[in-house]
Amino acid sequence: MIEATLLTKVFHDKKRGEIRGADGVSFRVEPGRIYGLLGANGAGKTTTLRMLATLLKPTSGTAIVAGYDVVREPDKVRASVGFLAASTALYGRLTAREMITYFGRLNGLDEPSLRARVRLLADELDMYDFLDRRCEKLSTGMKQKTSIARTLVHDPQVMIFDEPTVGLDVMTARSIVRFVRECRARGKTVIYSTHVMSEAEKLCDVIGIIHEGALKAEGTVAQLKARTGETDLEECFVKLACPGEAN
Amino acid sequence: MNWRAVGTIYAKELRDLLRDRRTLVSTIVIPTFIMPALMLVVVKTASTIVSKARAEIPRIMVIGGDDSPGIRAELEKTGKFRLERASGDWKSLISNKRVRAAVEIPAGFERALGSGSAPAITLYDYQGELKSGLASEQLRTFFTGLRSRATDKLLAERGLPASIARPFEVTQKNVAPPEKVGGNLLGGFVPYFLIFLCLTGAMYPAMDLTAGEKERGTMETLLCCPASRTAIVLGKFLTVVTGSLASVAFSLISLVFSLLMIGSTIGAATKGMGPAGEMTPTIDPLGILGVLAMVLPIAVLFSAVVFAVCLFAKSAKEAQSYVTPLVFVIIIPCGIGLLPGIDLNLHLAFVPIANVSLVCKEMLSGVWHWGYIAVIFGSTALYAAAALALAVAMFKREGVIFRT
Ligand SMILES: Nc1ncnc2c1ncn2[C@@H]1O[C@H](COP(=O)(O)OP(=O)(O)OP(=O)(O)O)[C@@H](O)[C@H]1O
Ligand SMILES: [Mg+2]
Repeated sequence: MIEATLLTKVFHDKKRGEIRGADGVSFRVEPGRIYGLLGANGAGKTTTLRMLATLLKPTSGTAIVAGYDVVREPDKVRASVGFLAASTALYGRLTAREMITYFGRLNGLDEPSLRARVRLLADELDMYDFLDRRCEKLSTGMKQKTSIARTLVHDPQVMIFDEPTVGLDVMTARSIVRFVRECRARGKTVIYSTHVMSEAEKLCDVIGIIHEGALKAEGTVAQLKARTGETDLEECFVKLACPGEAN
Repeated sequence: MNWRAVGTIYAKELRDLLRDRRTLVSTIVIPTFIMPALMLVVVKTASTIVSKARAEIPRIMVIGGDDSPGIRAELEKTGKFRLERASGDWKSLISNKRVRAAVEIPAGFERALGSGSAPAITLYDYQGELKSGLASEQLRTFFTGLRSRATDKLLAERGLPASIARPFEVTQKNVAPPEKVGGNLLGGFVPYFLIFLCLTGAMYPAMDLTAGEKERGTMETLLCCPASRTAIVLGKFLTVVTGSLASVAFSLISLVFSLLMIGSTIGAATKGMGPAGEMTPTIDPLGILGVLAMVLPIAVLFSAVVFAVCLFAKSAKEAQSYVTPLVFVIIIPCGIGLLPGIDLNLHLAFVPIANVSLVCKEMLSGVWHWGYIAVIFGSTALYAAAALALAVAMFKREGVIFRT
């Protein structure tokens, strides 16, 4: 379960001055649901998700993630969250197995359950071919699988995905999408950011449209279409995100 | 504080670094070989030059003295000089090293010698030039010998004992223990290098573990784990300290080996040369232990400073450009220990780096000022703690971690 209340993040940039990376964002995601955060470049998706993963501290507002407050108990939040982003890389000089094991240990798993967990994940994700190869030598798809195993090693209740399919080929992207669905099927709370309309449409139970840091609209794909009277999600995104520019 | 997490991070970072060739070269390979290589080159050339110079029979020029053939003959008879034909431009000949030294014998010198009223002899040499100095030294020895013999003869003619002119002899003996001599010789040099290695040993690991991780995108991955930020900093920081100390340890081990080797080289070169033989640099093992103890807080201090600086950088390249000037900032106070005549005092005891450099020099030559040692260890540890606190504080700032 995720419950964000008026999450706000203000950055201070020398050139651009004050930037509201997220501006009063509130939403709620139930377990077994995928919430899609749909926004253009610089809309504030990464900023919002980083606050949920406690990588950034909100300037104001807060969120309850898996029952813990992101401001007051960030360590506990991190222990219940799996965060996967295009920017979360692997340690090139570690093998895939070492990478997963490392994060398992950091999450406080003991050695026997860690071994069992690695075996389980390697089975599920079909990783045995490259489990003991260094991450720098892996193909993009293998890296992606390793990253997924890394986020899942502590079996978190909440999964946060920040544009996980950016730069991947169709096959690899599809396997990610399949994996996200699987997380939902297992009753995890999932939040997924993207700027690809088709992906949001296929995958998400509820979509939040974010623009310039603020949540402009929220609802199922059908609800959003009904609200704007459009049949195409892209059209309805443009209308909802920046009503002035729509024509 | 979750020490298990610190241990996990430390173990992983260490393993990761050991797989990086650049780090291995800069923290282990270079420190191991630079010391013996440098010392071997310096000491070997120095001892070859000295023994060559001593072996050479210097060319000298006798100016005047045509009416003192006995003196010329005696000079030649010693076999220590090669006499050149006199010419007018002897000054430039000495400058050009064609002739090492010249001696001017005034007219009527030999005749006047017997009566005890001979005019003064003048020696010409090129001061500061080793071989010229040695030649004029030998000329001086010859003429003072001649003078003594003349004095003795004059006294004997008058039936007086020789001791009337020389009521006592003066002899010179070295009381410094061998390690003191060795300590002075190496005392400035060794701490200088160890302090420098503390820095270079910390540099690559620090860059790799901070800016390098940011650049490669693994920092964000790491920050997703439940370990506290302080635990992450400590784990990484301990790795950097390990790199720094590993550099020192490897170079110290190879130093001991090269000292043993060089000891025999110098010993052979200066054998039978009296006091010069004591130049063989033997170092008090306790002094080495003392240096190690002082280097510990320095390693922590440098690791924390370099860590904090590198943490701020966005990329390894940027980190490198911050750290390189740091090398010069550190070399200067460190080099104070190399300057002759600068001794430790209470003010200097608080100057970071310079104080350690100076106290190490003392310890290596067997001098233990426990008061200063305590002050220096304490102040360096304090500076190190402050730098570490700064690094932790910086790590907690998202502006630093997510700097764009
Ligand atoms: N560390 C930072 N310092 C200053 N400004 C920042 C920082 N991080 C993000 N911003 C700004 O905040 C705004 C939101 O950025 P954010 O990265 O959240 O967007 P996004 O929706 O993830 O975009 P993208 O699709 O490009 O990933 C942007 O204007 C960005 O420039
Ligand atoms: Mg983003």
